[in-house]
Amino acid sequence: MISTKYTVKQSLTKEEIDRKWWEVGDYFRRNSLWLLMYCTGCCAIELPPSMTSAYDMERLGMGPMATPRQADILLVSGYLSLKTLRRLVYTYEQMSEPKYVVALGSCPINGGIYHDSHAVINQLDQYIPVDTYVAGCMPNPESVLNGFVDLMEGIKNKTANGWKKYHEHNEWYKKNQKDVLGEVAIEDEFHQ
Amino acid sequence: MILNILIGILVAFFGFVLQTSIGGINRKIVGRMQKRQGPKWYQEFLDIFKLLSKRSVSHGWIFDFGVIMALGGIIATAMFMPITSNIVAFEGYDNFFIFVYLLAVGMLGMAMSASGSGNPWASIGVMRALTTMLAYEVPFLIVVLTIINLTGHSSLTEIMMYQQQSGNNIFLIALPIGGIVGFIALMGMLGKKPFETYIAPAEIASGPMVEYGGKQLGMLFILHEISVFIEVSLFVHLFLGGASNIIEFLIKYFIVYTIANLISNVNGRFKIDQVVVFFYKWPLFMAVTQAVIAIYFGWVI
Repeated sequence: MISTKYTVKQSLTKEEIDRKWWEVGDYFRRNSLWLLMYCTGCCAIELPPSMTSAYDMERLGMGPMATPRQADILLVSGYLSLKTLRRLVYTYEQMSEPKYVVALGSCPINGGIYHDSHAVINQLDQYIPVDTYVAGCMPNPESVLNGFVDLMEGIKNKTANGWKKYHEHNEWYKKNQKDVLGEVAIEDEFHQ
Repeated sequence: MILNILIGILVAFFGFVLQTSIGGINRKIVGRMQKRQGPKWYQEFLDIFKLLSKRSVSHGWIFDFGVIMALGGIIATAMFMPITSNIVAFEGYDNFFIFVYLLAVGMLGMAMSASGSGNPWASIGVMRALTTMLAYEVPFLIVVLTIINLTGHSSLTEIMMYQQQSGNNIFLIALPIGGIVGFIALMGMLGKKPFETYIAPAEIASGPMVEYGGKQLGMLFILHEISVFIEVSLFVHLFLGGASNIIEFLIKYFIVYTIANLISNVNGRFKIDQVVVFFYKWPLFMAVTQAVIAIYFGWVI
């Protein structure tokens, strides 16, 4: 039973204040997602109709960006060969946090039609954490947009935390990357 | 003095809110033009606050300091900007040349910071931005010097009052060729499409902004909004006769920015040498013609 006497209001702990600010940030983050498109596979052809007047991605506040530093979402469309995986890891590590990964098509899930190729990786989430998959070969623009809405829900419910997993299980991801690629080192040619 | 500084900071904040809202409304207008729904009108606010909420990397203290210096310089410039003929923060100090000088602080801070990131695209973008500046400022200054010669004042408020007097037309009508030159120079200042060479996302990966992410990019967006406010307000005060009340200012500002944005969205992009040759050919010729007509022959409508 609630007492009617005056009681000192319990002040919030630091964790609660941080959580509240993080939720405020989440509102802005899920309403303004900027894409970095990594278009190597055939799924990239589904992006122009989902961006232009037919499905209009911009009404959700999304849009393409030029460089990894500016972007929030790394959009992996299609298969990844070993050469492109190395560039993808570099690109992912350059992005500023919080960052999310959306994988289009069946190739990043299980290899798709390239599952038996010697030069193509089969599961993307062995190497970098993936927040949302959009299945299909190729997914049509409705399902692409549906995937983005799922990602927004994930940000709201705090389930889209792949970038935290990448910190926590960094050794595991690095070991998987090294197993297929050999050495993964970022060469800084400018400052050498 | 403290009251003046407070009013100045309010003016800068007003400019930021105004330009961010009008930028969002313009994104909606462009969306409707392209048969799309378009984003929410407050989308630009969401973008800026999202960027400020992200974590970001640093590329050395020059990189961080340059952004802060640029933002400070632009806010200091906006503090001198008159909004109407009555609302002026520092009366008597709203000289046209103050804006020319102080705007350079923001530009140089951004150039320093972008070069500090060490990315070659950033260096190319900065070089292109400064080259474009060199190109549009010559015809623009000739037209503005004509206006200063006609009015006998270089203060924005005095130029505004001169145009608002009965019997005098606004300078867009009084000097029609010069007005066109001023608008073309404004397109160059705003970095709108035919002269968008230094941003060019598909060509040099957004130029000076290439290494910015998170908080620094957020500050850069605020800087951009305030500098657009300064440039469009300069055009409104110099060529459209300023405003006697705030509603008039809002309407004129909205019309100028929307027309510039609509022209931008139906155009392709020049190469950098085409920008320089263009500005030194037609606008310069038109500006000199207008100056000769207005000053030596005295033919002012």
